[in-house]
Amino acid sequence: MEPNQIIELFYFFEDSFIGQYIRGSTWLFPVIESFHLLGLAVLGGSVVIGDFRLMGFILKTESTSYVVKQTRTWFKLGFCLLVLTGVPLFLSEAVKCYYSRAFWIKMICLTIGIAFTFFIRNPLVLKIEEGKLISLLGLSSFLLWTVVAASGRWIGFS
Amino acid sequence: MLNLAEWLATTQWSIALHESLYWYPWIESSHVLFICFFFGTLLFVDLRLTGKVFTNLSISEMNKGILPLTVVGFCLMSLTGLLLFYAIPVRNYQNIFFRIKILLIIIAGVNALFFHKRMSKEAKKWDKDSFIPNSMKVSAIASLFIWSLVIISGRMIAYNWFDCDRQPQPEWINFLTSCVVDYQLYEGIDGT
Repeated sequence: MEPNQIIELFYFFEDSFIGQYIRGSTWLFPVIESFHLLGLAVLGGSVVIGDFRLMGFILKTESTSYVVKQTRTWFKLGFCLLVLTGVPLFLSEAVKCYYSRAFWIKMICLTIGIAFTFFIRNPLVLKIEEGKLISLLGLSSFLLWTVVAASGRWIGFS
Repeated sequence: MLNLAEWLATTQWSIALHESLYWYPWIESSHVLFICFFFGTLLFVDLRLTGKVFTNLSISEMNKGILPLTVVGFCLMSLTGLLLFYAIPVRNYQNIFFRIKILLIIIAGVNALFFHKRMSKEAKKWDKDSFIPNSMKVSAIASLFIWSLVIISGRMIAYNWFDCDRQPQPEWINFLTSCVVDYQLYEGIDGT
């Protein structure tokens, strides 16, 4: 895709019905944004508890796979809430996002984060349980999601 | 109180924070991260009480394992929150969402106080019987609900719909935000 095709696509997103509808309202963006933040807190909690266990900081009496299994459902719930609120937020200001470096950093890290969590971290934890590699997985996952959250917040500053 | 906020605003560090290009966004972003830390870990402590997660662990084990993280999250969240307030003290003090948020935090605090008083007394018994009274479950859900409202109202502080420098506002809004409004100034504009 050529760069000018991408920007055209982003203009198309911004002109979408949902995008226009949110921009036309004073309250809608802030309200959706608040729920986006709540979703982030739910996902963040699952990440913190799972990854801190992988790094060996908490709940050491329980196996890593048990802790990750317990947090998985809430990770997915938080994630769904984030996508459901994040997409409309994006549609309402797609062109601003296109020119925001924070937005692209977030999207790249988010893609890596999702792939990493579902295809590397979770399957490996179920297989290996303990060890240096598992601690490293926890640390990487924690850092990745921290960058996603922080760069996401940063979109609002640009 | 307004005098105090006005005095805070004149202090050197407040002005520096307010005008800094990078410090303010960094503090704001870390505030969000610590909210995740605090609320996210509290979520699991409260969900354990309702029997939704970590049922392998007793209530005491769960609290011992997770609550330290929640406390650390709370401290860092409060510290960054205080800095954010200190950067723009007058505006925050007179912001309606800030006031709602403080009120909600007090309610959440009272709830937590009763919650932990009872828990420290009876947790051992619940561990043994693997039974949790319904009132504690209600308190756990209420805590999540109130803190959610705290997060929502906190996010709303950024919006200036009801700020003192945006007049005219309904009288009850100016009352709730303790805005000092020079109505004579606006009489001319309205033509009344």
